[in-house]
Amino acid sequence: MTTTADTQTETPLVRLDDAGKNYGTIIALQGVTLDVGASEVTCVLGDNGAGKSTLIKIIAGLHQHTHGTYEVEGEQVKFGSPREALDRGIATVYQDLAVVPLMPVWRNFFLGNEIRKGPAMDLAAMRTMAKQELLDMGIDLRDVEQPIGTLSGGERQCVAIARAVHFGAKVLILDEPTAALGVKQSGVVLRYIVQAKERGLGVIFITHNPHHAYPVGDNFLILKRGRSLGYWRKDEITMAELTGLMAGGSELEELTHELEAAGTDSSGLREVAQVFEQEVAELHVADLHVGEPQTPASGSTGSRPDSTQP
Amino acid sequence: MSQTVDVGTPPAPARDERVGQRSTLSRMLARPEIGALAGAIVIFLIFFIVAPPFREPSSLATVLYVSSTYGIPAVAVALLMIGGEFDLSAGVAVTASALVASMVSYQFSANMFVGVLVALVVALAVGFINGYLVVKTGIPSFLVTLGTFFMVRGLNLAITKIVTGNVGTNDVSDIAGFEMAKNIFASQFTVGGVAIRITLLWWILFVIIATWVLLRTHVGNWIFAVGGSAASSRAVGVPVNKVKIGLFMTVGFMAWFTGMHILFAFNTVQSGIGLGNEFIYIVAAVVGGCLLTGGYGSVIGAAIGAFIFGMANQGIIYAGWNPDWFYFFLGALLLGAILLNNFIRSRAEASR
Repeated sequence: MTTTADTQTETPLVRLDDAGKNYGTIIALQGVTLDVGASEVTCVLGDNGAGKSTLIKIIAGLHQHTHGTYEVEGEQVKFGSPREALDRGIATVYQDLAVVPLMPVWRNFFLGNEIRKGPAMDLAAMRTMAKQELLDMGIDLRDVEQPIGTLSGGERQCVAIARAVHFGAKVLILDEPTAALGVKQSGVVLRYIVQAKERGLGVIFITHNPHHAYPVGDNFLILKRGRSLGYWRKDEITMAELTGLMAGGSELEELTHELEAAGTDSSGLREVAQVFEQEVAELHVADLHVGEPQTPASGSTGSRPDSTQP
Repeated sequence: MSQTVDVGTPPAPARDERVGQRSTLSRMLARPEIGALAGAIVIFLIFFIVAPPFREPSSLATVLYVSSTYGIPAVAVALLMIGGEFDLSAGVAVTASALVASMVSYQFSANMFVGVLVALVVALAVGFINGYLVVKTGIPSFLVTLGTFFMVRGLNLAITKIVTGNVGTNDVSDIAGFEMAKNIFASQFTVGGVAIRITLLWWILFVIIATWVLLRTHVGNWIFAVGGSAASSRAVGVPVNKVKIGLFMTVGFMAWFTGMHILFAFNTVQSGIGLGNEFIYIVAAVVGGCLLTGGYGSVIGAAIGAFIFGMANQGIIYAGWNPDWFYFFLGALLLGAILLNNFIRSRAEASR
């Protein structure tokens, strides 16, 4: 309550300032600053091992941060369990952990939040509500009695999101919801993200695909090797810049050379190399622009990249 | 909670045209216990045909009695298995409960119920230790309870020898409170000339309660969930560790109950009995449709599984077959039941 008396008109729902996490001597995450307000989507981008999971776990209450601050609605917090985070309205939809495959959809929907009628559960109400709530989110299921494992990956994600929305989540953390999905299903999930945003929720959308992040996001955090590469508002960064930063331009260039060297005797590989070369050329253009937003002049976010390009 | 009152009755229950009319039969076939039921009917018919004494009502009463002594612990073992865990110490925990109750009351000249309560505490403690070790160490329950199985087995023999100087306990039938305890745990009554043991009623009661808890309460929802995916359950706020420890303690409770029956039915307890029974409880649960990996199963199925065991156990005697072959037949019957169970389940799932 003390630290939020700054110029901001609206207290963000979730705000991390210079937060980090060490596992013993291993620095898993360092210097992360982000915020998400109501009706906002904050995207966290990063390759494998960038520290995305650690970040989610801190926000979701599975782990505790060791550095910096974590505020929920202006109040500093350190969650001891996911339950505590849930009680503050922070719900996480994990990539694989979202549901129990063998259980019917409605049992999954209400798992941990069962409607009780005396000592028992109100089965009829739970079945009807699950069906209705999913319908409201635009998911038309054949039968809420079917095991949730029989649904498609996209449908399962959507059930998990609808569940979090229904149980009064203010902030949704989505852990790579589109990673294992095809183009069409990814589109469906992205639509739900927008829908959740329109219902007034704050969404933290973790992904490694800038093409999924850019259209729906308001703020963008890029992680690399446990560090923040920077934090941008949407008007401070373009799609091309985002892609460039994600891919890591110089690394891609190296890969191109390698492919070229290997590809002198194979036309197929040469073709791949040419495609990469083209992409790198585009990235160089992007790199030129990125120089400025990395140290944002706006000051509204207070973020500071810890490292320039290695 | 969002309430949409204005819509009148929500259209949700209306039939979805994509769900073909599922017949009552195919709905029934999708239940986990259906394979066991089919197996039980086949085995019943076989013995009914080949063993004339098996057709007597009193034989059925005996079969049901034998089934109940295995079926009562199997209720808890099935719940535990649905919750994703094993308990190999259940068989010797039965014996331990009976030994403790008997020795405490006899040695301290206390009322029988003092021993009964101390035994309950011991049985729950064994369950708690099993559960605590499993959830805190993450070691598979197969190994943890294998360890406690040998420990309890050793304690049964060693402590009984130290206390009584013998391998069995002393007769407790003239201790105060014995009659009342016997009425609760080991009495019998006659219905239409057939003697029925009270364990049958307890068994039915436990099956009803456990089924209700499993299917109708939030705790049942959690049991399915922790067995199906502990990580997912934890993530949505289910107290996974409490549920698992509670399930191990439920096994302890049922082991205690069975131990009390043995004590008050026979007045003395041999310290070496109960070995191998844990497998029969597990087999009853598996035959009854519980998945070894957890998350799926039924208590009614486990009861049918115990009934299959009871029929095989007694039916071979009624049929006059050489009892040396009992375990071979038992294994074959169980394997057959499991195969049938699998076959029917996969058919049922395909027809969904």
